[in-house]
Amino acid sequence: MSRRKLTRRQFVAATAATSAALITAPYVRGAYAAGKVSIGFWDHWVPGANSASTELCKEWGEKEKVDVEIDYITSQGNKNLVTIAAEAQAQSGHDIFQMPTWWCHSNSELMEPLNDIMDPIIKENGEVNDTVKYLGQLDGKWMGVPACVGSQIKGPCSRIDLMKKYAGIDVQEMYPAGAPPKADNWTTDAFLKAAEACHKGGYPFGIGLGETSDNVDAAGAFFRAFGAQLVDAKGNVTVKTDEVRQVLDYYKRLIAFLPPDVAAWDDASNNKWLVAGKGAMIMNPPSAWAVAKRDAPQVAEQCWTHGFPVGPKGRFAPFLPFFWSIWTFSKNKEAAKSLLVHLSKPSSIEKMVNASGGYDLPAFEKLTTLKVWAEAEPPKGTLFHYPDPYKQQVMSIAAAPAPPKIAQQIYFQATQTKMCLRYAQGEKMEDTLAWAEGECEGFLRS
Amino acid sequence: MVDVAVQPNRIAPARPAARKSGLKTALKRKSTTAFLMTLPLILLIGILVVYPALYSLHLATLNKSMHKFVGFGNFIFLFKRDTFWLVVKQSCIFALTAVFFKVLLGFIVAHFVHNVPANKQRRWRGMLLVPWVIPPAMSTLAWLWLFDPSYSAFNYTLSLFGIGPVPWLGDANWARFSVILVNVWYGAPFFLIMYLAALKSVPEQLYEAAAIDGANWWQRIWFVTLPMMRNIIAITTLFSLIVTFANFDIVRILTSGGPLDHTHLFATWAFKLGIESGDIPLGASVSLFMFPILAIAAIFILRDVTKRGNEA
Repeated sequence: MSRRKLTRRQFVAATAATSAALITAPYVRGAYAAGKVSIGFWDHWVPGANSASTELCKEWGEKEKVDVEIDYITSQGNKNLVTIAAEAQAQSGHDIFQMPTWWCHSNSELMEPLNDIMDPIIKENGEVNDTVKYLGQLDGKWMGVPACVGSQIKGPCSRIDLMKKYAGIDVQEMYPAGAPPKADNWTTDAFLKAAEACHKGGYPFGIGLGETSDNVDAAGAFFRAFGAQLVDAKGNVTVKTDEVRQVLDYYKRLIAFLPPDVAAWDDASNNKWLVAGKGAMIMNPPSAWAVAKRDAPQVAEQCWTHGFPVGPKGRFAPFLPFFWSIWTFSKNKEAAKSLLVHLSKPSSIEKMVNASGGYDLPAFEKLTTLKVWAEAEPPKGTLFHYPDPYKQQVMSIAAAPAPPKIAQQIYFQATQTKMCLRYAQGEKMEDTLAWAEGECEGFLRS
Repeated sequence: MVDVAVQPNRIAPARPAARKSGLKTALKRKSTTAFLMTLPLILLIGILVVYPALYSLHLATLNKSMHKFVGFGNFIFLFKRDTFWLVVKQSCIFALTAVFFKVLLGFIVAHFVHNVPANKQRRWRGMLLVPWVIPPAMSTLAWLWLFDPSYSAFNYTLSLFGIGPVPWLGDANWARFSVILVNVWYGAPFFLIMYLAALKSVPEQLYEAAAIDGANWWQRIWFVTLPMMRNIIAITTLFSLIVTFANFDIVRILTSGGPLDHTHLFATWAFKLGIESGDIPLGASVSLFMFPILAIAAIFILRDVTKRGNEA
């Protein structure tokens, strides 16, 4: 009887075939069947802040007997935006996803309506501001539940000592901890004078003019303060108006007092500027102060977060909300809604805000006076006015009130900061306006 | 007498069913084994390159909300935008300048390394390959910190000589310079290695003959080295042009396309439009526009290589 021998060639061919099958076998991660909920949270900047949301989800999962799978997806390199785009195209992915500012509208057709849970949430937590409605609602349909995690105001964070010494402004007196602000004189003109004084003193304001979010938000707040809109709420291009000309003139004067390299600033540049002790003010949520607490305590103890200056058309704070949304392709929508209700309870929100050290901002009226902001230190009261507890400011976002799908393009292509830069670098006003008008007309395409 | 029984009318026995032995035969063939071994790569390229490219083509024909077929509508829209032509111009400047300096630097350094004594050459080759070996995102981050507006080590050093500060990333022209510099730093080692290998294959007799004819160093390079290396120079230039044109990471990390869109390339602008601004079909159109430009370059360069091959 002859023994069948396995030749080397057969062995190699069989191994290659098996390896090919194993390597290329697709791993499909789809939305889970009943009994599981998957959620894609934003990966928090503040170390340890993710643990609060993990615990809350686990606690809910144990009570409801639902398996919860959590992914923390960073916004570094826009990884979260790429994931959203991939899940939307594939119509497969997490059940719940944390959508940044514009992404509910950007994916409006794939957002499960959440009015049934939003109405009771608002009843319990208080009303939400207009920016949250602008970004989270479409024709009365709620496309997401406002998430406290990651939601922030990018208001002024000033150096108490430098503002007092060079600008003659006592920010602690203007925005006293535990009391209403006395900021009627904190106007855009006063801001400009302070910028000039601090620049002369060698500690310029660190307000960037790059194309990233921090830069765009600051410019957007000034645009709103002057009532300047590139596209109005109805979708008409309104670039060539007096208000836009006024804010460009204002920014041209302001740029003269900013660091020379601001056109290259990204979202980390202003943080570094403050922590290095080089500037008297930046526009940022408390993450810069939190890092200064660790790395430069002598800077941190001089930081004071407060409100935006008032312009001819009002006082607007750059507010960036996140939303927790459920994809329409989710296979466990009821469980997902139940989880969102649990995450939106006042106790859950307070837990997450505490874990973030006060960075996270709830969008609900009744939740802007949590203890964490009053108790954060040093110095004591440094974050008291961060959530705007006395409703002194109108929460706003750059490029609003343009229809969100148009505003998103104005925002991400940094049209406002580019206009300011072009005009400040010597271009004629009418040429800058003509350029912006052309850009905005392009954004109107559907 | 014949020992073997002859049965003239006997029908030759039929062969047994060939299935099992057919598979065995197939597995024994070299071509089957080769195919199976390259199958993972073929599938990866199919899934990660061919399929996305075809899907991109499909996306580029849709409107912004991806509900309507608009044919070339996205391209016609792009052709009317100043920023698009700025990106085209910048991509060409970036690719041509960076590739030129990479070729030049690689060629010069290859000569130096070639002339280093053989026992020390490996060390030099290893050291000079390091920029190419480090993941570009990591090395570009280091360059970002070197160019940082607040903490630039370059500006600190220059300040000791009373120069600067230089707005490495804040001024349009300096930003273009910085981006090209990093690309050249990253890509030159590839050219170095390719040209070093090519140099070693040039027959020594040609140089001896040239020396006898009284050729100086420049004439040796022009009349011996360059003609022998023309094909490898053409092919490496083509590969580098394609890769440099499609560069994303260096520009994305250093400048994100700024200031004022003056360092945007096709890939970075496609990302800005497609992912960040929420207009995926327009982003797809921008990225696809690279294809005709690169196809034309490839045709010309490869035709030249083929012509020289045929002449030889």
